[in-house]
Amino acid sequence: MTDLLYSEEEEALRSAVRGLLADHCDAAAVIARCETDQPHDRELWKALTDGMGLAGLLVPEELGGQGAAHREAAVVLEELGRAVAPVPYLTSAVVATEALLVCDGDAAAELLTALASGRTVGVLAVPLSAAAGQTFTDVREEGGALHGSVTGVADAAAADVLLVPTAAGLFAADVAQDGVTVTAQTSLDPTRPLATVTFDAARARALTSDTDLAVRMGLRAGAGLLASEQLGLAEWCLTETVRHTKERHQFNRPVGSFQALKHRLAQVWLEVVNTRAAARHAADALATGSDEPNLASALAQAYAAPVAVHAAEEALQLHGGIGMTWEHPLHLYLKRAKADSIAFGTAGRHRDELAALLDLQAP
Amino acid sequence: MTDAAELRRRTQEFLAANPPASTDRVDFLKARFDAGLAWVHYPQGLGGLGAARALQAVVDAELETAGAPDNDPRRIGIGLGMAAPTILAFGTDEQKRRFLRPLWIGDEVWCQLFSEPGAGSDLAALGTRAVRDEGGTSRSSEAESGGTWVVDGQKVWTSGAHAARWAILIARTDPEVPKHRGITYFVCDMTDPGVEVRPLRQITGEAEFNEVFLTGVRIPDAHRLGEVGDGWKVAQTTLMNERVSIGGSRIPREGGLIAPVAATWRERPELRTHDLHQRLLKLWVEAEVARLTGERLRQQLVAGQPGPEGSGLKLGFARLNQEISGLEVELLGEEGLLYEDWTMRRPEKVDFAGRDAGYRYLRAKGNSIEGGTSEVLLNIVAERVLGLPSEPRTDKDVAWKDLAR
Repeated sequence: MTDLLYSEEEEALRSAVRGLLADHCDAAAVIARCETDQPHDRELWKALTDGMGLAGLLVPEELGGQGAAHREAAVVLEELGRAVAPVPYLTSAVVATEALLVCDGDAAAELLTALASGRTVGVLAVPLSAAAGQTFTDVREEGGALHGSVTGVADAAAADVLLVPTAAGLFAADVAQDGVTVTAQTSLDPTRPLATVTFDAARARALTSDTDLAVRMGLRAGAGLLASEQLGLAEWCLTETVRHTKERHQFNRPVGSFQALKHRLAQVWLEVVNTRAAARHAADALATGSDEPNLASALAQAYAAPVAVHAAEEALQLHGGIGMTWEHPLHLYLKRAKADSIAFGTAGRHRDELAALLDLQAP
Repeated sequence: MTDAAELRRRTQEFLAANPPASTDRVDFLKARFDAGLAWVHYPQGLGGLGAARALQAVVDAELETAGAPDNDPRRIGIGLGMAAPTILAFGTDEQKRRFLRPLWIGDEVWCQLFSEPGAGSDLAALGTRAVRDEGGTSRSSEAESGGTWVVDGQKVWTSGAHAARWAILIARTDPEVPKHRGITYFVCDMTDPGVEVRPLRQITGEAEFNEVFLTGVRIPDAHRLGEVGDGWKVAQTTLMNERVSIGGSRIPREGGLIAPVAATWRERPELRTHDLHQRLLKLWVEAEVARLTGERLRQQLVAGQPGPEGSGLKLGFARLNQEISGLEVELLGEEGLLYEDWTMRRPEKVDFAGRDAGYRYLRAKGNSIEGGTSEVLLNIVAERVLGLPSEPRTDKDVAWKDLAR
C-alpha cells in the first residue's frame, strides 16, 4: 500500500518552506508584481533554490541534486499553492526535470545539473493545457536548428532554456539567442504567466529521440504533483474563509454561525481531506513507481481540479463583496485554481484516461 | 381606465405630432414624458396615465416600430429601476415634480448609497450618520424649512457614482433604537463638496463600482424621503424594485451566457469531449427552463396573478451564469487560460456579451453577491414563500449602538 502520510522530514521541509514564503511572498506584493511586466519573483526563486536547494529535489545526487523524490516536491508545491507563489517550480523543477530524467547522454545530464541548482530555469515548450499522451508538431527541426512556434507556454518568460518537442526528438534551445522570441500573453492566472515562443532557425542540442516518452513523463509528473498545489490552494481558501466568517459580523452574530454557511465550509473541508489522500497517492506512486503512476496522476487530477475551483469559488462567495475586490488576494487564488483546472488536461480528459485504464469505456 | 386600444391610439397620435425622424432626441423624450407615455402606470403629470403597468408594452412596441429614441435605460437604470419607484411611493409632490422628469429623460443620472463596508447582507446595520443641524443653512436655495442634515460615513459598491447627479441614501439618524428603526432615507446631492468618489477595482481588473466617502455632507430636510426613522420601510421599496430589475430582463432562447458556449460548440468540433457535452446539455436545459420561468412570471403578472417566482429568478440566473461561464473557460482550453486585459478601466455598463470567457467567468461571480446575496435570497424564499420559521434573531430589540460588529 502506498504511504499516504507525511514523514517527519516532509513536515520539517514544509515548515521551512512555509516560513520562507511567509517572509518573502506576501499577498499584496504578489498582486503588485503581477501588474508589472516581471510577474516572476526572482528573489523568492533564488531563496528557494540557492538557499534551500529545492529545485534539485527530483535530481540524483551525482548530478548535483538532492536525490529526494516526488513526495518532497509535492510538499513544496502544497506550500507554493498556499501562497500562489509566482515562481517556475512546477514547470522547471518538476515538468522539465522529469522530462530530462528519461533522456540519456551528456546534454541532458548537464542540463539536469543546471536545473537542479535553480540558476537555470528550464521549461517544456508545450501549451500549459496539454495533457500526457498528446504529440506536438508545432516546431520542426532541420540540421540542428528549430523552426515554428508554440503558444500558451507557462513560465516561458522566466526560462533560460526551452525543451522543445519535435518529430525528430526533444531538443534544448537557449532562450538568449537570436532565433528565439518569447512574447508574453495576457493570462487568466497572472501568477503563472503564459507566453508564445517562436523559433526562427534557433540553435538546439539534441536530448533524446524518444520525444513522446520524455514529454509524457514530464506532463504526467506535472499532472500528478499539480494536485498538491491544488491541495495547498484549497486549504488556504478554506482556512481564510473560516477565519473571515468567524470575524465578520452580520445580524449581530458572526456569519460563520449560520448553518447554511457552516455546512458549505464543512463540505469544502471534506473535499480537502479527500484531495490530500489523492495528492499523496499520486506523489507516492510517482516516487516509487508502484500502484500505477498513470492511474494515480489521472485520479488526482480528476478529483483535485474541481475541488480547488470549488474551494476558491466558495471562498469568494462567503467573503461577500470583499472577495470581489482587486485588493483582497482571493482573486489570485480563483484565477490560479481555474487555470490549474485546465493545466495538464481538464478533469474530463483525466476521466477519459481513467476510463481507458480501468476498462470502463463510454458507450 | 385606459385600455390597450386607447393607448395604441394615443401613441400613434403622439408619434404623428412628434415624428422621431425630425424631432430632437431630448425634445422627443420630454414630449413623451409630458404625454404620459414614459411609464404609463405612473400618475398623470408625472410621465404616466395611471394605466396598468403591463400596458407599457403596447406603447413600447408602437414606439420601437416607429424608430423612436430610447432614454438609455442601462446608464440610468438605477434611477429608473430604484430611485423613481421610491420617489413615487414616498416623495412629496414637490419632490416628484423636481426629480422624476430629468431622471426619466436621462438628464440626471442617479446612484444608490446603501451598502457599507460593515453592512452588506445586513444592510440595516449601516453606520453612516445623519445629524440634524437646526441652525445651519443648506447650500441649496430650494428649501430651508426643516433645517439641514449633516451626513458622515462611507458607502461601497456604488455603481455609477462618478457619473451621478443625485443619490438615494440611507443613513442612521438614531443609534439609540434597534437598527431598523433608526434609519432615514434621503436624496443626496452628489455635487456637494463633502462627497468624494473613489474607484473600487474588482477581480476583473475593472473599476465598475466606487467607494463613496461622505464628510459633512449637508442635505436639506426637503430632500428627505418619508418620515424620520422610517427609512428602512422606504428602502424596502427600493430593494424590491432592484431585485425585479436585476432578475427580470427578457431574453430569447439561447440568449444570455449560454449563447457563446453553444456557438463555440457548433463552430469548433476539435474542442468537444464527452464530459463537456453532457455538461453543456445539462446547462442548456437549465438555462431554457429558467428563461421559461421568467416568461411565465411575466404572463402571470399581465394576467393579474403575481407569484413568488420573482424571488427565485435572480437566484437562478446567478447560479446559471456562474456555471455556464465556468464551463466556457474549460471548453476553450488553451484560450481559456488567456485574459483580454488587466488594465484598470471604468466601463460605462456591465456587458457580458462583448467580452471574453475569462471576464464572463470572473464577473459572474458577483451575480450571487450584488443586489442581495444568494444566501439572503434563499432565506427570503424559505421564510416568506415557504413560511419556514426564521433563525433566532438577536438583533431585533437591541439598540444599534450595542450590536456586535
